[in-house]
Amino acid sequence: MAIAPPSERVWWNEPIARTELVWMIVAFLWGVIMFFTMIFWHIYGEQNLATESYRVNPESFAQRADEMIEQYTVREEDGFPVVRPPPGSEVYLIARAFQWYPLLELQKDKAYRLHLSSVDVQHDFSLQPVNINISVHPGYEHVLTITPTTLGEHGVVCNEYCGLGHHMMIGKIYVTE
Amino acid sequence: MGATAVFRTCPTTGLKVDRDAESLIRWNAVAAVVFLAIGGTFALTVALTRWPAVHLLPPDWFYLALTAHGLDALLVWVIFFEMAVLYFASAVVLNSRIATPKLGWVQFWLMLIGALMTNVAVLQGDSSVMFTSYVPLQASPLFYLGIIVFAVGALIGCGVFFGTLVVAKEEKTYQGSVPLVTFGALTAAIIAVFTLVSGAIILIPTWLWSMGLVSTIDTLMYKLVWWAMGHSSQQINVAAHVSVWYLIGAVVLGAKPLSEKVSRFAFLLYILFLQYASAHHLLAEPGVSAEWKVFNTSYAMYLAVMGSMIHGMTVPGALEAAQRARGYTNGLFEWLRKAPWSNPAFSGMFLSLVFFGFVGGISGVVLGTEQINLIMHNTIYVPGHFHGTVVCGTTLAFMAVTYLLIPLVFRREIKFKKMAQLQPWLFGIGATGISMFMMGAGTLGVARRHWDITFADAPMGFDYPAAAFLMMGLNGLSAVLAAIGGAMYVIVTVASVFFGRKLAENENYLGFATAGEGIAPTYGSSKHHAIPGTVVLVAIFFVAFVLYYFVNWKYLSEVWPLS
Ligand code: HEM
Ligand SMILES: [Cu+2]
Ligand SMILES: [Cu+2]
Repeated sequence: MAIAPPSERVWWNEPIARTELVWMIVAFLWGVIMFFTMIFWHIYGEQNLATESYRVNPESFAQRADEMIEQYTVREEDGFPVVRPPPGSEVYLIARAFQWYPLLELQKDKAYRLHLSSVDVQHDFSLQPVNINISVHPGYEHVLTITPTTLGEHGVVCNEYCGLGHHMMIGKIYVTE
Repeated sequence: MGATAVFRTCPTTGLKVDRDAESLIRWNAVAAVVFLAIGGTFALTVALTRWPAVHLLPPDWFYLALTAHGLDALLVWVIFFEMAVLYFASAVVLNSRIATPKLGWVQFWLMLIGALMTNVAVLQGDSSVMFTSYVPLQASPLFYLGIIVFAVGALIGCGVFFGTLVVAKEEKTYQGSVPLVTFGALTAAIIAVFTLVSGAIILIPTWLWSMGLVSTIDTLMYKLVWWAMGHSSQQINVAAHVSVWYLIGAVVLGAKPLSEKVSRFAFLLYILFLQYASAHHLLAEPGVSAEWKVFNTSYAMYLAVMGSMIHGMTVPGALEAAQRARGYTNGLFEWLRKAPWSNPAFSGMFLSLVFFGFVGGISGVVLGTEQINLIMHNTIYVPGHFHGTVVCGTTLAFMAVTYLLIPLVFRREIKFKKMAQLQPWLFGIGATGISMFMMGAGTLGVARRHWDITFADAPMGFDYPAAAFLMMGLNGLSAVLAAIGGAMYVIVTVASVFFGRKLAENENYLGFATAGEGIAPTYGSSKHHAIPGTVVLVAIFFVAFVLYYFVNWKYLSEVWPLS
């Protein structure tokens, strides 16, 4: 029994039954397959999280964001500027308690370089209903290349608890033709 | 010192039980159950708040209750119970006296005081930072100090466990190698040391920071080291509850491991690959390279996962072999149908095994896949997954073994037996419900730790699909079921332990049916009975695993390209 010492003293020399041996091999190979699937996706897949990141101080990040906002704001909504940067440009999204700032308007099937950073605590960029979720840290600037493929209004929810107003933190990304 | 230990002989198992070990197991188990009751009460309020039609608590109370729930359930209940398991698997299973019982009591009091300190901090309302306490959100110094004191206590408990192994070896209380259950507990304790040290490395500076003595803590570093504690401790839970599965199989069915070598190898894999676990939690972070993520998140090619998959065959296989040896050889599943289902220790154990594998295990591997994590990270899929592991798996296994501890260690008759028999089913199904529905809501994008998915107070809105609301409602219903099952557990345990009839010194009583005695299936190698039923179960599991894995790659391929 499992609560008694092994009845064969030299238990490590016992042969292994075929059933178990086969399963161990299957389990091992499945692990190898799953491992290489991730690598495969890095080479051939289209959804890989960028690793381009920089240490940044919040003021410098906010300043660059403000420059973009000044240049490309097209309208206001609920007191937030809606910014429509040209395709291929550097797009900044500030996370702060409890806002995603500014609102963005992007064009479908065009690539943008999206810079994410927080100016206070940790937040989490959750693009809905697409369901892409990325951590946002203060002090780190994360640069991703994204290509919107779905038209219309998208919500940016905050997915990391960031204080009592966490559930009020919501932004928007509009995608137009 | 050895002379001062007082023993009794267990009339059921024939084991010699050190009275000091027995008291320590009792008190740790009682503390565990009390904190489960507290953590479970918070759980119900949290789940009812997340049920949009009920929306029970105001936001500040919701975040407070969620912090308290995570701490009391995951940390306090589980680790107190694990201390009881460690003492049982060393002193009792090895027929030995417990090393330094005084230090055992230091363990108990430090953990109790630490848990109370942290609870007080949370209830004061200025420490609603979630149990992960990601910097730079700041809790009161008492919050961190309580966890540190608790962890020091647990570390001392591991020391007492190791000491007891040494004592047992020196005093030759057993022949040959330690039993498998003890080996599994040893695995858990070794991992616990790594875990608790990581915890100290990160929480001590954070505590100093909360008092203004350290100026900043890097957020990424914090997450890395915190999860070296937070995730590695989940390997402790797995090692502990797998040991408990083997233990229940042995006591209730007389099951022997199919192969000592295979089962021990599987435990060894946990130890060798645990230190990679932290990476799961950094898959969506900036500042970490893809190579690092791929290697670490897979525990170097999924070798720890392989450990669990092996146990997934050897645990039910041991049950099947024992039952077949007893003569239940008809068809594929007579062994399972004729198992002692009326014994809640058995039903709880088997449900724990199935739900852990199918719900917690599969979802964990998928969630921990580097790119797939993008479509699940920090959604409520995450708590869905880990309620499959730590609630359906660990908690249910610990509940099941309690029905053995009450007669064997507390020496009490079990009260409310009908309720006890129903309990694992209600709790197991409720817990599986919350796991699945939270996972479902998560794939629809619902955020975790979120008070209001209607965004009523927000400057602008976003409409989650109706199905997401349905899932959260079903989650609330399942939570009620699980809470009833949890309450039944607490009632049976408390009533039996404090008001159950005391068993006579030599009374052989287990409370519920077992599979009878007199079988000792030979193990090791090709000698055990063939296990075709288990092979079928394992095959179903594997097909489900593979399908679910690739379905999620398909989902991933449909979201916005990014690089
Ligand atoms: C009656 C049983 C239980 C129910 C109904 C329940 C329900 C829930 C719910 C609804 C959440 C919140 C999800 C969110 O808003 O993010 C949650 C979080 C959590 N639960 Fe449970 N739970 C139960 C038992 C347990 C047990 C036994 C454990 C540990 C062993 C546990 C560990 C956790 C943890 C660690 C969290 C995460 C807290 C956080 O995000 O900070 N739960 N639970
Ligand atoms: Cu936020
Ligand atoms: Cu937030």
